[in-house]
Parts: sequence; C-alpha cells; structure tokens
Amino acid sequence: MLQIDLWKRVLIWLVCVTGLLLALPNAFYTRVEQANDAAAEITLRGETPERLEVAGQWPSFLPSNLVNLGLDLRGGAHLLAEVKVEDVYAARMDALWPEVRDALRPERAEVGTFRRQPAPEGQIRLKISNPDGMTRALEVVRGLANPITSLTGAGASDITVSGAGDILTIELSEAEKLASDDRTVRQALEIVRRRIDEVGTREPTIQRQGTDRILIQVPGIGSASELKAIIGTTAQLTFNPVVGRGSDADANPGVGNKVIPSLDESGIYYTVEAAPVVTGEELVDAQPSFDQNGRPAVSFRFNTTGARKFGDYTAENIGSPFAIVLDEEVVSAPVIQAHIAGGSGIITGNFTIEESTNMAILLRAGALPAGLEFLEERTIGPELGQDSIDAGKVATVVAFVGVLVFMALSYGLFGVFANIALILNIGLIFGALSLIGATLTLPGIAGIVLTVGMAVDANVLIFERIREELKAGRGPARAIDEGYSKALSAILDANITTFITAVILFAMGSGPVRGFAITLGLGIMTSVFTAIFVTRVIIVMWFERRRPKTIEV
Amino acid sequence: MRLKLIPESTSFDFFKRWKLWLGISAVMIIVGFASFALQGLNYGIDFRGGTTIRTESTTAIDVGAYRDALQPLELGDVSISEVFDPTFEEDQHVAMVRIQAQDDGEAISGEQIEEINRALDTVAPGIKFVSVESVGPKVSGELVQTAVIAVALAIGAVLIYIWLRFEWQFALGAVAALVHDVVLTIGVFSELQIKFDLAIIAALLTIVGYSLNDTVVVFDRVRENLRRYKKKPLAEVLNISINETLSRTMMTSVTTLLALVSLYVLGGDVIRGFVFAMIWGVIIGTYSSIFVASTILLWLGVKRDWTKPTNTTGNQFANIDA
Repeated sequence: MLQIDLWKRVLIWLVCVTGLLLALPNAFYTRVEQANDAAAEITLRGETPERLEVAGQWPSFLPSNLVNLGLDLRGGAHLLAEVKVEDVYAARMDALWPEVRDALRPERAEVGTFRRQPAPEGQIRLKISNPDGMTRALEVVRGLANPITSLTGAGASDITVSGAGDILTIELSEAEKLASDDRTVRQALEIVRRRIDEVGTREPTIQRQGTDRILIQVPGIGSASELKAIIGTTAQLTFNPVVGRGSDADANPGVGNKVIPSLDESGIYYTVEAAPVVTGEELVDAQPSFDQNGRPAVSFRFNTTGARKFGDYTAENIGSPFAIVLDEEVVSAPVIQAHIAGGSGIITGNFTIEESTNMAILLRAGALPAGLEFLEERTIGPELGQDSIDAGKVATVVAFVGVLVFMALSYGLFGVFANIALILNIGLIFGALSLIGATLTLPGIAGIVLTVGMAVDANVLIFERIREELKAGRGPARAIDEGYSKALSAILDANITTFITAVILFAMGSGPVRGFAITLGLGIMTSVFTAIFVTRVIIVMWFERRRPKTIEV
Repeated sequence: MRLKLIPESTSFDFFKRWKLWLGISAVMIIVGFASFALQGLNYGIDFRGGTTIRTESTTAIDVGAYRDALQPLELGDVSISEVFDPTFEEDQHVAMVRIQAQDDGEAISGEQIEEINRALDTVAPGIKFVSVESVGPKVSGELVQTAVIAVALAIGAVLIYIWLRFEWQFALGAVAALVHDVVLTIGVFSELQIKFDLAIIAALLTIVGYSLNDTVVVFDRVRENLRRYKKKPLAEVLNISINETLSRTMMTSVTTLLALVSLYVLGGDVIRGFVFAMIWGVIIGTYSSIFVASTILLWLGVKRDWTKPTNTTGNQFANIDA
C-alpha cells in the first residue's frame, strides 16, 4: 500500500513540468508575442537586424505558443454574414438567355415566334406562338444543358426545362443550385479572406458556418463598419508585361515600371511595366482545368475588347513572359507560347488541383459573386478588453489566494499539499490552452475561476474520506490509501457529469461561450489529474520521508 | 487548530421537515413562473435582436439628455441605463444604450451607428463607443433555439449517465433537482429583470454541472451505505449519507463561492450577470441536492437487495469504481 511505481512518479512529474513549460510563455505575453511576430516576419520577408533582435527576446528552445485572446479581451470586430446565393441564379439565367435565343431562332418554322415573359428571378419564361412546336423547343433548349461537375450532382444536368401550354420555363436544376451555392460561398469566403489578409491583421478567423454563412473575426480592428468596408473593396487584376525578375525589393525599376512581389515565392520580385495590357474588368470567366499534359491549369476568357488587346499583345510577344498581377502581387508569370486569339487562354504552372481551383476563384474574384447580408456584428474596443483582462486578473488572484488560505486553514499540511496541486492545476490549464491554441474569452476567465473553486472538490472528497477512515480507527497509511480509493468513484462521477455539460456547451455554443466550455472542460481534466495523481505523489513522498505514527487531516 | 465549517460529526434529520422544504421550493417555483408569465425575461440582444452600445465619456451621464438626443433618429424602442462599477475610474462614465431590432433581418448599419455617435456627441462631447454589438432578428431566433436544445441535451445526457451508473430512481431524483435549479435560476432572472443573454445559458449549464456534482457525491454515498446497512430504513440511510458528506458539501460550496464572489465584486460589470447566475446556482444547487434530489429518491424508493445478480440489470456500469 501507499506505493507508487517509480515510472508513474516520473511520468506524473514529467506531465507537470511539460505543462508548466508550455504555460510559461503566457507569463511574458507581450514579449513572446513580439518575438513570434518578428519570427514570422523573418520567414516571410527575410532577416533584418531589428527583427532578429526582437525575435531573440524569447529563446527559441522554449515553447512559444500563446493562449489566443478572444475578441472580448483583445478588442476587435466580429461579423456574421449570409451570402445571398440566389443572386447568382439570376445572373446565370441572364447569361443563358442569348444562347437560348440563338438556339431557337433557326427553329422558327416549327416553334413560331417566341418572346421572353416576366418571370420570378432566376427563371426564364418564354411564350411561343406555336404551342404544337413545344416538343421541338424543349428538345432544343435541353440541348443547351451541361452536365454538373460537382461530386454529389454527377450525372445530372444543370438546368431544368419544362413546358406547359405555350409557356416554356427554364431554371437551374436543384442539383445545380446546390452546386452553385457551394461554389458561391466558397468564392465569397476566398475573396473575404484575401481582402482581410491584405490588411495584415493578426490571426483573423474566417470560417464558413452552415451552408451559406461566413463568420469573420478580426482582432485589433477599429469597428465592424471598418471591416465591412474592407470586405467590400474589389480586387484589382491586371496583366502586365514583365521586364525582369530578381530578389531585390528596392531595385530601381526604371521609368514606367514598378517592382512588385511574387504571391507564393517568398523573396522573389518582378519588375513589370506599370501600364497593364489588359485588366480584370475585361475578364468574363476563369475556371480550373487541365493542360494538354493533364496537369492542373486555369482557363480564362476575356470579353471582346479584352480579347483583341490580349490577342494583339500575345502575337507580338511570343516567347516573353507576362505577369498576372492580383492586388499588386504576381500570381504567376507564364511565358507566352503562341498567339492567343479569341480571348481565351490557359495559365499553366506548377499547380496542384487545389491551387488551380483557388487561382480560378481569385481571378474571378474581382467582386463578390453575391451580396452579403450582415446578420450579426460586434465591435469591442481594445480599452474595454484591457479593462476586462485587468479585472479578470485581479479577480482570479483574489479568488486563488482566498481558496489557498481557506484550504490551508481547513486541512493544515494536507491543505498545503492540495494548494500545490491547485497551483500546478492553473499552470496545466494554461499549458493545455496554449498547446491546442485555444482562445481565452472573458467567460473563459470565469471558467478558470470556477475551476479554482471546484478543483479543490476532489481533494476535499479525498481528505474527508481520510478523516472518516482515521475516525474508524485505521492507521495513517491505510487511511490515506482507503481515502483515495473510496473517494475515486464519487470524484469520477461528479467530474464526468460536469464534463458532459462542458462538451455540450462546446458543441452548441459559439464565441465567448465556447471559450468558457474549453476552460471548464480542460479545467476538469487537469484538476482530476492534479487531485488524484499529484497530491497522491506528494503525500506518499512526504509519508515515506516522515513515517508519521499519527496524522491529522 | 483546524477551521471547521460544521461540527466533526452531525446527525441532522433532513427529512423531518421535508414538507416545509419542498413547500418553499414550490412557492419559489410558482413565484418564478408567475413573474415569467407577467413580465417575462429581460432578453439581451442575443435572443431578441437589436443593438447594444456601450458608451464611455468623461462627463457625467444624463439619461434624459441622451434620450432626447436620440429621439429625432426614430430608432424605435431605445433604452439607456448607466452602469456603475467599483473598477471604474473617477471620470469614467459608462452607459448602455439598447436599440430595438430594425425591421429587416440584418444587423444595424454603420451609418446608423455614425448618426447615433454624432447625436450623443452633442450631449456628451468626446463620447466613445467602447463596444457595439448588433444581432439581426434572423440569427437571434436561431440562438434561442440552440440554447434551449443545449440545456435540454445536457439534462438528457445527465439523466442517461446517472441511470447507467445508478438506478433509475437516482436519475429521476437528480434530474428533478436539475430542473428545479434551472427553473429557479430563470425565475430569479425574471423577478429581478437581469439581462438574460447567451452567457447566462452557459451559466445555466454550469449550474446543471455543479448541482449534479453535488447530487452525485451524495448519491454515491447513499449507494455505498445501502450496501453497508442492509436493514436500516431508506430515510435513515439517506440521512446518514447526507450527514457524512455534509462537511464536503459545505467545503466545496464555500471554496466555489469564495472564488465566484471575488469575481462578482472585482471582475467588472461585463460578466456580473453571468457570475450572479453562477452564485445563485451554487447556493440553489447545494440546497437542491439535499432537499430535492434526496427527498424524491426517498419517495420513489430504491431496490434494496444488492446481492442478487438479477437486480444489477440496467446497472452494469455501477461496478467500475475502484
């Protein structure tokens, strides 16, 4: 009895030390944050003496993960936007109309004349003068349908065409609507991400929520309106002739030229002519596709004026590179292989399928594909966040000291053991939060304070049990042993039930509430660990050294 | 000398006045329901949509002047209240301005915020909006739904867990205590018209967890004592169990309350409602695990013969304790 294998002891202390090491950076928050930022700058933009110095503020052999501070603590803006996916249906129908018209014109002999009727958005309604020709009309229009490319809708066609009397109705098929919604939201997400990344704020959260919503959280931004303005701006796509390529950001570009960085090759800069050959306004479409060798590529199409300009330029510059520039960054700089007439072309490169898909999205990303409706917005000023942090700190310290004193008064030496475990517990919570990169929110701080209060529960259960065993006349060692083993089932039941509610909170909640669930859940795990294992090791070590004849709990 | 909250060993009879205790609970529940029916809850914007603006200025707040300044903007129902907190500095005057949801599904527009800012600036020069939160009616409806589902799920999950670990009578007793706690907490929020928002749902779930924690500890001891004292009547076994765990119950409640009260006083006004709910819940939860959960267990009765293996059906997880 009262023995713990050496390997268990080592393991328990190892967990504690690891947890504390992981928690350590949070004690030097600002310093570590600056160092991390500088390190990120170095990998992104190269080394400078200042950056190296700042990065050196925190030794690289120590863990450097920090607890993220939630918006309510750091200040910032939160937006929940709904993408109006139906916008796209109408645009698709409008684009389809000329095709329908051109397809039906040669069939006039059978179909008669036809005229477009007023219809709800996202539908085309045609009235044909010769209802007997409906079968033929349907056949012709159905011939315009394309198979759907998405996984779920494979095999289905993208439009449904129906005829009733002399009215012919065309709309997107349900499968195509689903596929289109998904594309629209993904595209909107990509555009929003790009817009916000350009501003270069720290750790923005941009997530898809549900089928058609986007959650955007940007710490450190002044207000939600500001954020909306950023999202609203449109991308600038241009095609510029390339003059040169190098690694010097400050190279002298020469008159009429400019130096811009490459999007995905860090440290590479292109010198391009400032006047673009064609701009994105003249681009009508871009789709992921494959080149002749089956490698991922992006095909694009210009409108007539764009096509002419692009055709002329490519004819004159075969063999020289041109740059595809998006928001002052070179997406790629392919070499012109041949005269590109007709206004459509293909961008090849070392792409993966994912990259080509993204690039197609970016190229179309001139503007958002559909309107955004803002359902929820929150702005929290940095001062309020700082006030909350300060208040939370004071409250936590006072709560902590109160509980420590109370425990020591109630249980004497054993109370002190429990207190050591409690201190370790707080360290472990922060270590775990840092490790998983969780976000600490104001309710999260409340969760920690609550954990402080509740963490001692397990030890109280054990100590009370030891008292009972002592009263029942057991010797010290036996009493301690029994106390731990008999209290275990109550401790587990009590904590598992609380853990269940924490899990439900995490699953159902969002933002601050989720932050609370995380600290509560982690707190339960760490407090069970410290109460059951850590105090036990401490008590056993103490017992082995002292061998007391009687103990008082 | 040890600090003792209660004497070394106690032998209170917790069921002597059970009618009185259940009566008190019943009255409080009725009052809660009545208040809920009459004045409802003071829902925050999370649940009914709308906008809250937290303003800060160096000049003292005149609620009437604020109201007059906002009058011409025709924002509908506007409520303004001053916030007091010991953590504020001398010239820090904070007010909460709440504006009803504007007609459509969207949150408030940036221009409207600007207008409000300009209007308030005329009565309180240099006023700052330290936080602006706006929730459209479309989302708030969903948030209500999610919150209700979360609470129901938590209670359901707990019912199942206790059922597996104990007997169904225990599960019913525990869940009755939980419902009691949740109802009384919502009741007190209605009676005092404290703002009821998403964070309060988190608090409710924590109360569920805490109250359960307490109940389970008592029940665990009941189960143990039922095995030990096979001949004693159930009421006596329950009394012994509650008395034996009383010291622990008090210790844990006091440490938790110690932590919560310090958060209530020092944690700032932003989470005060949240912390209030938890303090209330800890007190009610402790009370209910003794007087509600155990009393119901006494009513329902428990199968006493633990020796026959047939009686452990539906209880196969009861033996995983050490």
